[in-house]
Amino acid sequence: MQKFSALSLLRAGLTGHAGWQRQWRSPEPKSGYDVIIVGGGGHGLATAYYLASRYGVKNVAVLEKGWIGGGNTGRNTTIIRSNYLFDESAGIYEHALKLWEGLSQELNYNVMYSPRGVLMLAHNIHDVQSFKRHVHANRLNGIDNEWLSPEECKEFCPPLNVGGSMRYPILGGALQRRGGTARHDAVAWGYARAADALGVDIIENCEVTGIRRAPTGEVVGVDTTRGSINAKRIGVVAAGNTSTVMNMAGVRLPLESFPLQALVSEPVKPIFPCVVMSNTIHAYISQSDKGEMVIGAGTDVYTSYTQRGGLHIVNHTLDAICELVPAFRRLRMLRNWGGIVDVTPDRSPIVAKTPVSGLYVNCGWGTGGFKATPGSGEVFASTIAKDEPNKINAPFTIERFRDGAVIDEAAAAAVAH
Amino acid sequence: MLLINCPYCGPRPEAEFANGGQAHIARPADPMSLTDDEWAAYLYMRDNTKGLHHERWRHANGCGRFFNASRDTTTDVIKRTYRMGERPEAEHQGAKP
Ligand SMILES: Cc1cc2nc3c(=O)[nH]c(=O)nc-3n(C[C@H](O)[C@H](O)[C@H](O)COP(=O)(O)OP(=O)(O)OC[C@H]3O[C@@H](n4cnc5c(N)ncnc54)[C@H](O)[C@@H]3O)c2cc1C
Ligand SMILES: [Zn+2]
Repeated sequence: MQKFSALSLLRAGLTGHAGWQRQWRSPEPKSGYDVIIVGGGGHGLATAYYLASRYGVKNVAVLEKGWIGGGNTGRNTTIIRSNYLFDESAGIYEHALKLWEGLSQELNYNVMYSPRGVLMLAHNIHDVQSFKRHVHANRLNGIDNEWLSPEECKEFCPPLNVGGSMRYPILGGALQRRGGTARHDAVAWGYARAADALGVDIIENCEVTGIRRAPTGEVVGVDTTRGSINAKRIGVVAAGNTSTVMNMAGVRLPLESFPLQALVSEPVKPIFPCVVMSNTIHAYISQSDKGEMVIGAGTDVYTSYTQRGGLHIVNHTLDAICELVPAFRRLRMLRNWGGIVDVTPDRSPIVAKTPVSGLYVNCGWGTGGFKATPGSGEVFASTIAKDEPNKINAPFTIERFRDGAVIDEAAAAAVAH
Repeated sequence: MLLINCPYCGPRPEAEFANGGQAHIARPADPMSLTDDEWAAYLYMRDNTKGLHHERWRHANGCGRFFNASRDTTTDVIKRTYRMGERPEAEHQGAKP
């Protein structure tokens, strides 16, 4: 792997930037691997990287039906935070946040993690009480989160409309200063490049169409559009398509797939210093380094695999944003798209073994899994390598629904993100 | 926004309707006789069909009635709507109803 540094940049600059190598190979699939990861999104690529770098499993392939990062990884609004209510969630999201802090150095790839602060707005008494409860719960878990008055919100994010005659006035907000954003494509590419350097085969345009099992039940490989490939262990990380892939092994999951949309405006000069989220009125907004306002909307009400959503859903979000930040009323929107998110009944993920020996699943991140990418990959790699969950992901089983041990961030947040 | 044909009122915009999730999931007649796995399957497990999917809708801001729709989740095209108590048409019964 060609190392990136100021010096290598300078050197390449002197020779017209002609000397850069490919970031990762494009190998033909081998006849078999120790571990096959199904899904080349951020979580799948991170899993492969940590398998090779931390858990000594290097004979690994990542199979991606399209191009890596072309799913939700490349479609999301990149909000990163760890201030979830329950201890189990705090464990896994904070594990991820700690990894984000050193990720660019670890991967030698600038993932542009920008801890600019995530401000979550409260618009009614219920919000105020629930966010203050979050602040206290987070502090007990050693996670930074603080309560801001409306005036302090305005001071932290001057474009906000505080006071006035809003339908849903800003009554305060919970601020996680270590929260922020990262560059979605760079996360996929950085993990792919680092995993490839450790010997992982990243195989694009390779859709898994079947999971093969021995008469004794355990997995032995996959069928793909590029032929059959043997595998001792298989990790499925297919986000919105997880139900479809797991059906191939006869495993049913508590998942439903919904369209979730985002849009970006024309680029403008720096105006918006942080990330602002409002679960109550469904508005999520930050400014990209290119100057575009990056806006996240809500999900549609019906399940779908179309990767697009209804226009009225984004309109609703734009209504809310025009009230929150009146200066944005004159902004034009440039692009709008959708991704398919896999939602569990309690809005917490499943990172676990399955009833099928050798088959593991990492799914259910729904509308909010980008922030977890490094942590999710790390604990999933550990689970696959050791054939047992580690402490952090042990609560995130499929069986928690049977056992009544749900991790109900759905109830805690009203809307997960 | 979908155009949904309420079997009682005719075609109306999606905004008038509430979605009720996968259709034809009957509440077990004798819950006490179920194992925990069976009860969890009833409460939480879903087909999440990619293809023809049967789902409940309620014309919440119209006649208020429940009905079912068969929709292709890869295109969002609604093939047919039908009243409660009816079954999806034979040709539409590819997936488990
Ligand atoms: C509009 C939008 C906004 C969002 N905003 C945020 C946010 O602000 N913050 C946040 O934390 N999260 C956010 N999310 C959620 C986040 O994007 C997801 O939870 C996360 O990206 C899931 O990661 P992944 O790598 O597992 O998924 P993906 O990137 O979707 O990767 C799954 C991959 O599996 C592949 N695949 C599927 N089936 C097969 C098959 N049969 N064979 C081979 N490959 C297959 C797909 O092509 C895909 O590339 C948002 C999502 C959307 C859609
Ligand atoms: Zn009606």
